[in-house]
Amino acid sequence: MAEQASSSLPPAGFPRGAVIPAALVVLWAALTETGLWHGPLVVSPSQVLAVPFLDASGREIWAGVGASLLRLAAGTAIGAAAGLAAGLFVGMSRRGGLALSPTLHTLRQIALFAWIPLLTSWFGNGEATKLCFVAISTFFPLFLATEQGLRTVPATLREVAGVLHLSRRRTITALLLPAALPSIGVGVQIALISAWIGTVGAEYAIGNGRGLGSYIASARDQFRMDIVIVGVAVLAAVGAGLHYLSRAAIARLTPWNSPRSSA
Amino acid sequence: MPDAIDGNGGRDHGVLAVDMRGVGKSFGASPILRGFDLAIERGSFVALLGASGSGKSTVLRILLGLEDIDSGSVLVAPNRTVVFQDARLVRNLDVSANVLIGQKRTAAARQVAVRALHEVGLSHRLHAWPHTLSGGEAQRVALARALVREPQLLLLDEPFAALDALTRIRMQQLVAELCDRHQPAVLLVTHDVDEALLLADRVVILREGALALDRPVPLGRPRNRNAPGFAALRQELLQILGVNDDVGAGPQAPAIRGAAE
Ligand SMILES: Nc1ncnc2c1ncn2[C@@H]1O[C@H](COP(=O)(O)OP(=O)(O)OP(=O)(O)O)[C@@H](O)[C@H]1O
Ligand SMILES: [Mg+2]
Repeated sequence: MAEQASSSLPPAGFPRGAVIPAALVVLWAALTETGLWHGPLVVSPSQVLAVPFLDASGREIWAGVGASLLRLAAGTAIGAAAGLAAGLFVGMSRRGGLALSPTLHTLRQIALFAWIPLLTSWFGNGEATKLCFVAISTFFPLFLATEQGLRTVPATLREVAGVLHLSRRRTITALLLPAALPSIGVGVQIALISAWIGTVGAEYAIGNGRGLGSYIASARDQFRMDIVIVGVAVLAAVGAGLHYLSRAAIARLTPWNSPRSSA
Repeated sequence: MPDAIDGNGGRDHGVLAVDMRGVGKSFGASPILRGFDLAIERGSFVALLGASGSGKSTVLRILLGLEDIDSGSVLVAPNRTVVFQDARLVRNLDVSANVLIGQKRTAAARQVAVRALHEVGLSHRLHAWPHTLSGGEAQRVALARALVREPQLLLLDEPFAALDALTRIRMQQLVAELCDRHQPAVLLVTHDVDEALLLADRVVILREGALALDRPVPLGRPRNRNAPGFAALRQELLQILGVNDDVGAGPQAPAIRGAAE
């Protein structure tokens, strides 16, 4: 039991996984503070730590993260709703599936960032393009997971619906959807990470407005390595946070989905 | 879909829960049922025996409307439920929700579910997840799920086959008790001759697509294996099934076909 718990949730206390990053930071500090490693683009950890608080352009990080998270929330809400709806439709209605599924499966072959030139030519360089991009990056993982979850409901369970005379609506709500929920949960996790990459990626590629992506982009243009490092570190930290939060939320929402249920 | 027996089929079905006549069914080129007849009176307990692959589950699935027939006619009570060999619980609904699935969520319905789970001895697992149940417990939930629908016809497809011998005996007693109380017609598919003789009012044997035997079980209740006549009946059925029961009797007659013909 203890083993299963530790493999599914991050352990309390100092995690073993932090040993390597901590060692690298110590090495980095040792090399830069002693001056062994120097140059115009080399910065020390203490310089980096000061950026979010003391540096005039560095302080923009807080507003930038806030703007990015808002954009993430809005874009994800739109994309998730659409992905879930499309997945349900394709997974449940055979005829609908035949009509819609080939189109969606073709579109999903388009590499995520290849959408950006298309979207900017349609919607310009503003908020609409960014939101649309975040929505697309959420849409496909959730669509695929929902469709897959519904398709893999075992035939034996579907027979139960017929045998117990469940109505179509009850079959969907009481049997198919709950049975597909674990797969949808995994889809939500993947979609969130994909959406976060999409949010920052769109901001970085388009470059204007507020956001973590444009923060990093403008720091790069000014050769401010310390600000770039802060931006990248926050980007990673928020991504990891989203991952753990969604995993914990899903574990709570699907209590039946524990290790013993593999039977 | 088989016709509901309460429809106006033209025949007198007042006393029957199942009426299959001249049913033919093949899968591809291989015929499984050929002129198969089976009638089950209301409240009567029939055990269906037969070799593996003889078509027992197919008969059940026809009655459930899960398979179409090629010829003949099938009339069956509209209110029927089933327990398969595997419990087929919905793993993300708890035990009581599994029992109540598809029912209106009223307080009365919940009470019925609680009572049914009490009857199968699972009062203490009302809110357990299916994956935490043992095999026997899961089968009892499936039995409760079937019973709360107050079926006129209860179909059981080897519901105890996957259970250990002791649990199986307890489950057999439970089924006997519950059927005695609720009085549905029962069609029990089983491999186990003893089980058939312990539970059924009538035993039928399926062989080569039709009934090879249809025999009442003239034993009183409650039954046990030591009742006078039990051993003789058992021997008779085993012979028709083509099985020599004696251990160490040497090579057996080819299953089913050779013996008793
Ligand atoms: N969907 C199907 N397609 C093709 N053949 C089938 C199908 N279902 C059953 N059969 C065949 O029909 C025959 C009867 O199957 P059935 O499941 O009714 O046997 P059974 O008497 O229940 O056997 P067992 O005791 O092993 O459960 C078998 O030979 C089986 O292979
Ligand atoms: Mg079978």
